[in-house]
Amino acid sequence: MNFLNRIVALDRRWVFLFLFVVVSMAYLLRNYFSVDITVTKEVKSIYDFIEKRNEGDKLLISFDYDPSSLAELHPMSRAIMLHCFRRGIRVVAVTLSQYGAGMVEEILREVAAEAKEAYGVDPQYGRDYCFVGYRPYPAMVILGMGENFRVFFPRDYYDTPLDSIPLMQGVRNYDDVNAVIGITSGTTADFWIVYGNARYDMPLALGVTGVMATDYYPYLGNAIFGLIGGWKGAAEYEKLIDRSADANAGMPAQVVAHLTIVLFIMIGNIGYLLSRKSTNAVS
Amino acid sequence: MKRRVPLIIVFCVSLFMVIQYFVPLDSLERVYRSFLDYTIIIGVFALLLGIWSLCRVNYDKIKRKSENWQYAIITLTGFFIMTIAGFLSGWGRTDNYLYQHLFSYVLVPIQATMFSLLAFFIASAAFRAFRARSLLATLLLISGLVIMIRFVPLGFLSEPISDLAGWILRVPNMAAKRAIIIGVGLGAVATAFKIMLGIERAYLGRD
Amino acid sequence: MRHLLRLFLILLLAFVVDGQSVYSQESDPVTSTADSVATEPVTPPPASAFGLAGEDMPNDNGHKLRVKWQYPAEAVGDITGFEIWRATSPTGEFRMLGQAPNDYFEYLDIGNKETPAPDFMANNSDFFYKVVAIGKNGLRTESEPGGPFRTYGQWFHRGKTPVLVGVVLFGCFTFYFIRAAKKGKELYVRPLAGIEAVDEAIGRATEMGKPTLYILGIGTASEIATIASFAILGRVAKKIAEYQTQLIVPCYDAIVMSIAQDVVRSSYLQAGRPDQYSDDMVYFVTNAQFAYVAGVNGIMMRQRPATNFYLGYFAAESLILAETGNSIGAIQIAGTDQITQIPFFVVACDYTLIGEELYAASAYLGRDPLLLGSLKAEDWGKGIVMALIVVGVVATIFGWDGFRELIRVNL
Repeated sequence: MNFLNRIVALDRRWVFLFLFVVVSMAYLLRNYFSVDITVTKEVKSIYDFIEKRNEGDKLLISFDYDPSSLAELHPMSRAIMLHCFRRGIRVVAVTLSQYGAGMVEEILREVAAEAKEAYGVDPQYGRDYCFVGYRPYPAMVILGMGENFRVFFPRDYYDTPLDSIPLMQGVRNYDDVNAVIGITSGTTADFWIVYGNARYDMPLALGVTGVMATDYYPYLGNAIFGLIGGWKGAAEYEKLIDRSADANAGMPAQVVAHLTIVLFIMIGNIGYLLSRKSTNAVS
Repeated sequence: MKRRVPLIIVFCVSLFMVIQYFVPLDSLERVYRSFLDYTIIIGVFALLLGIWSLCRVNYDKIKRKSENWQYAIITLTGFFIMTIAGFLSGWGRTDNYLYQHLFSYVLVPIQATMFSLLAFFIASAAFRAFRARSLLATLLLISGLVIMIRFVPLGFLSEPISDLAGWILRVPNMAAKRAIIIGVGLGAVATAFKIMLGIERAYLGRD
Repeated sequence: MRHLLRLFLILLLAFVVDGQSVYSQESDPVTSTADSVATEPVTPPPASAFGLAGEDMPNDNGHKLRVKWQYPAEAVGDITGFEIWRATSPTGEFRMLGQAPNDYFEYLDIGNKETPAPDFMANNSDFFYKVVAIGKNGLRTESEPGGPFRTYGQWFHRGKTPVLVGVVLFGCFTFYFIRAAKKGKELYVRPLAGIEAVDEAIGRATEMGKPTLYILGIGTASEIATIASFAILGRVAKKIAEYQTQLIVPCYDAIVMSIAQDVVRSSYLQAGRPDQYSDDMVYFVTNAQFAYVAGVNGIMMRQRPATNFYLGYFAAESLILAETGNSIGAIQIAGTDQITQIPFFVVACDYTLIGEELYAASAYLGRDPLLLGSLKAEDWGKGIVMALIVVGVVATIFGWDGFRELIRVNL
């Protein structure tokens, strides 16, 4: 009885400790685990969309997250951009997150170098990709870009006039890019749906954190054509482009973490039900 | 008069905002953009007030040697180092070695660590809250488990569980969410009316 | 001989470029194409687009035109796409606007609203268009200029009519119930546990001699949730001033901090204790989300408040804050309009105001008939929405699309 009560009222620090130990172990021993990843339709549709594009087509990728969610969202950003560079799709990058500019600049350079090493392509700034920078008030910026990118971004992150960048010549608004992919960790995802897709009707896909993913499933098929949720989604994308990286490495830890939480819930419920039964018996 | 002037300004600006939403005139849009610019300008000056507040509160803690005053030193030191590093490359630029390294190797890991705490708190909160206390709580428990298990590879079971999770998200979850969204929407309009008409004045610091 | 041939080619090129070509001012690649026309006449140029038509786009101030054209179905396979060019007169300088794929026969021309911009499109003006078919062999054929097509500005965005109707209807309800409340009509509002616990929570902090922590969330001052939270903060601060207990309000946004200082100062004044107010009660922490969480959690762990209020706009930090508050045994009242965060608050807090309950809290606390009147208007609004949902479901079942079109908002 005493044991059951202790289970029901288990100090949260034990839960933290147990979770920390199993997740750390799973991550450290990741090379000995293999997680069979099933690719979902929502991730596959983004892959297919990029796969079907012609070389030279353009995508607008908005990196609307800050360093706090970098660990969760960077893997999908990398995977999508690698796919684009491999296929010769041009990438126009923008960030609507206050702390995103430095981070985006860094990841663009890194992925361009990675693409060169992995696929032998050599993405050049200005020709294959460009970064227009950051502006505050995401809703206004999304609406403004629907009219003309130059309303809010007359110059790119490096202060070059947009019209002087070969990639941006003739690119005025969403009509001139094949799709928008918003990789976001906050309410900007809603703004992309409400002010971007609903108003300008451009093809839109989202990459969001695992916690947020459930919010955007209902929009699949109408407002958004694809959805990547957290590490799991990123791991699926990595599988599709046949390049196992950070998300795949983290999958054993993620699976074990989920199982641990499920286990704790079950233990808690068994303890609760048994203690209730014995209380009823006593009364 | 002192009481009425702010309310008159609030009414006029609110009315303008309502009109510009329905009237697609360039002149109104220009005024609307000016208002947004004012917000940015006010925000910058308010930030100065915020920084002043941060420095004063922490300085007072150190001066009075109040409990845990040592943390105030860390706060102020961090604030000044980051500010100075931000200005090293000149006005409007932050691409210097010190700032980039502080950003990438201090700020980023600290923020990511704070965010990762969420996983631990979700675990402890789920352990405490998901109890089969009643029929509704049991339904919630089962739904929660299905949504979580869909992340776990379970061979031939993965697909039906994924489909079931999808159904839970699309149908009952969406129905409840939309009901709350409609309520929130109406509540927001009602609050906007109250502010516009001066019925709700508590935000002005008065009843 | 070679010099003569080069001279001939230059003259021929000059002739082609001078010949009213739409690309004369624009780009080198086009010039080289013209060159190819001159030197490689073996493959025929693609067929020309024809039947250009333009229509003004509704609901704007005359800066958008939709251009449509036709193209021989049998020739579509010979081209890669189209270029769309615009000028203000049929003989004027045409400017390239954009491209369209070969199976797409319309283009939405969104002109710039500002005059100095090269693609400026004036309201109530005529425009002429040309469509250039780009052949797979690299040759290009331009259509005859189409136009004039006129832009018209509108005074009212007709796509937003359902919103206007809804706002007017809701406004009428609000006025009616406010008038009724003014006349002394008794308005019943169902009790909310979270609101009724406010007094008890502040009383508990007073008894324990511990502070009360009030978090306004991470929204800006323009969020409705933050504005609602200011209203509640005013009433909570007044109670705290009366009970002479301590209040801590760490802020995420500097503007929010300034307003919150004003709100708390006024509440202390109303409670007759202005001397007890200090600006140190309401202070700025940071506007970095997780740094703010770290700061507030530090306050909780060190100062151990007996009561925590989390009212306003919250994102991922909600559970981290609420679980920390739970771990120190504080009584916690939360409220937010962010649906994703509501479950986290429900799990970790004692009372949670869900969605619009947060907006209504001020009215409940103040019991002001005018504020209560607006709550009744909300109830009626909900009734109408429920009726519309039922009618919408029935209309969809029976295929009456007209109803859906009637209430559709076209931004």
